[in-house]
Amino acid sequence: MKKKMPLLEVNQVSKYFGVLKALDSVDISVQENTFHGLIGPNGSGKSTLLKAIAGEHYPDQGNINFNGNDITKHSPELRAQNGLNLKFQITAIFPELSVYDNILLSLQSSESFWKLVLSKSRASFHDRIMDTLARFKLVDRASSLAGELSHGLQQWLEIAMAVIRKPKLLLLDEPTGGMSPEERRATGELLLPIKKECTLIIVEHDLEWIKDICDNLTVLDQGKVLDDGTVKHIEASQSVKEVYTSRV
Amino acid sequence: MSQIENKTNLFDTTFKKPVRAIPIVEIFLLILLIIIPLFVGDYLTVIITRMLILGLLAISFELCWGYSGIMSFGQGLFFGMGGYAVALFANKADFVQLWGVIPIGLIVGMCASFLVAWLLLLGKRPPELIFVALGTLTFAYAAERLVAGWYWVGGGNGMSIYEYLKIGSFEVEPGRLFYYIVAAILLLVYLASRLVVRSQFGLVLAGTRQNEKRLAFLGYKVQKFKALVFCFAGAIAGLGGGLYAHHEGFIGPGNVGIGISTMAVLYALFGGAGSLIGPILGVLAIESIAFTLSDIDSVRGYWPIFLGVILLAVVTFKQDGLLGFVVTQRERIGSFGIIKSTESEPLKNLQSLKNEKKDASS
Repeated sequence: MKKKMPLLEVNQVSKYFGVLKALDSVDISVQENTFHGLIGPNGSGKSTLLKAIAGEHYPDQGNINFNGNDITKHSPELRAQNGLNLKFQITAIFPELSVYDNILLSLQSSESFWKLVLSKSRASFHDRIMDTLARFKLVDRASSLAGELSHGLQQWLEIAMAVIRKPKLLLLDEPTGGMSPEERRATGELLLPIKKECTLIIVEHDLEWIKDICDNLTVLDQGKVLDDGTVKHIEASQSVKEVYTSRV
Repeated sequence: MSQIENKTNLFDTTFKKPVRAIPIVEIFLLILLIIIPLFVGDYLTVIITRMLILGLLAISFELCWGYSGIMSFGQGLFFGMGGYAVALFANKADFVQLWGVIPIGLIVGMCASFLVAWLLLLGKRPPELIFVALGTLTFAYAAERLVAGWYWVGGGNGMSIYEYLKIGSFEVEPGRLFYYIVAAILLLVYLASRLVVRSQFGLVLAGTRQNEKRLAFLGYKVQKFKALVFCFAGAIAGLGGGLYAHHEGFIGPGNVGIGISTMAVLYALFGGAGSLIGPILGVLAIESIAFTLSDIDSVRGYWPIFLGVILLAVVTFKQDGLLGFVVTQRERIGSFGIIKSTESEPLKNLQSLKNEKKDASS
């Protein structure tokens, strides 16, 4: 049977910050409608890789293919327009806008100039926004300022902002960072139904949480891919146990 | 009733609608500006007309800074260029028709601001705030020096316009009619600007001010949005300059450079940045104080010092400006979607309301 083409391919990507080699010839491949976890000790290059995929950093070597196109030199705007979305490690919402307006701002980004000036689409977006708010348990807070939400709800808001755009690939940088165990469990429950809609790459420190939610894992160590494969494969990997599990 | 409609209705019944102060201020000012020429003489009408024209300049700065985060120290450049353009048409081509002066000011202001935006805002990388501030300041300074040394446009003496503004063959002298023409133009500009900043486009601008980088990761070409607003603001400044030149019968290097650009900044900060009405209040307040102080014999020689102290006090101790006394920061930001933001906490326990609704439907 012919193997399906991956949605994302990172080929031999390297990234330097001065003399520091943050990524060293990294290769990863992510299939459509799967959840892919990036794990590794602090400083292993997980967030750098995510930022290289999202366009915040440009690789010094190698290339990134997304949905059949080479996006290595594409701007973050262009990547976002083509269906690639990033949820930042440090929550990046618009704190002085209401929760509802944060979602609207995310949803309307592909609207034309005149539609925006004449506010042609906000009424038609309403049901979709309310639906997403309900899904992420934010309906009660729709009119609150986003900056007034708890840290956990801000994380959910940012995920909701990404999900409502129906991206092909969603990059989540530590989506449960700073959350209580209960909030982490709830976040997992919120994310699982997304599998039908899009592909996810998740950077996370909580190994148990990421094992429960992801299909495949890539383990990074000192900017290199230590191992990758299914969760079972990674759990059985001796090199991962030695390098990763002993340090996290 | 759908589940979503239920949720929306729940909001309507659960959240208290805060009192909006901005519309009250707007209506009060509108009524005041309509009736004031009926109660003051021609001299004061001319003074207030000048204030309204400067109100266009203040709105133009506010669109850049208060709404888009572009620190422009060059709005005077577009104001002055609009003024010089209509003065040249008046002196070199004897063209003083109102129907021509308005588009000339708009187009010259827009073209000049497009050129500046192209050089400062539309580079490969997003420019730093300080780069744009110093860049616009440099353009304004260079323009002031250029016109001051250019004999064809009057050099350091500037250009006088000897003919009155005309509508057909009817001459519009500075006075009540000129006042109402300017007031009508200011009102139209205000409403157009309000439409822009309260629209979904305005939501993008609000996002730009708060987290420009995040906006790029949502797929917005942020610099293009900024350039569009900058050109819109430039056109308004150019229109103001055109009207100013005809009203004063003069335009000079002082109307194109750093001085007038700084005044635009002060109008907005003094009145209250982040709203359109704030800068207009700022113009009226600053120009009224200056006019009053300069008319008092005992302080005639020192009035700019008093004015400076008042400006410093407000800008330092009341950073949300005069409007901050009556309008909250949250109201200034406002809402853009169908559901409006509220300033109050839910009046009742939301969960109990939901339960009540569920009970009622079952």
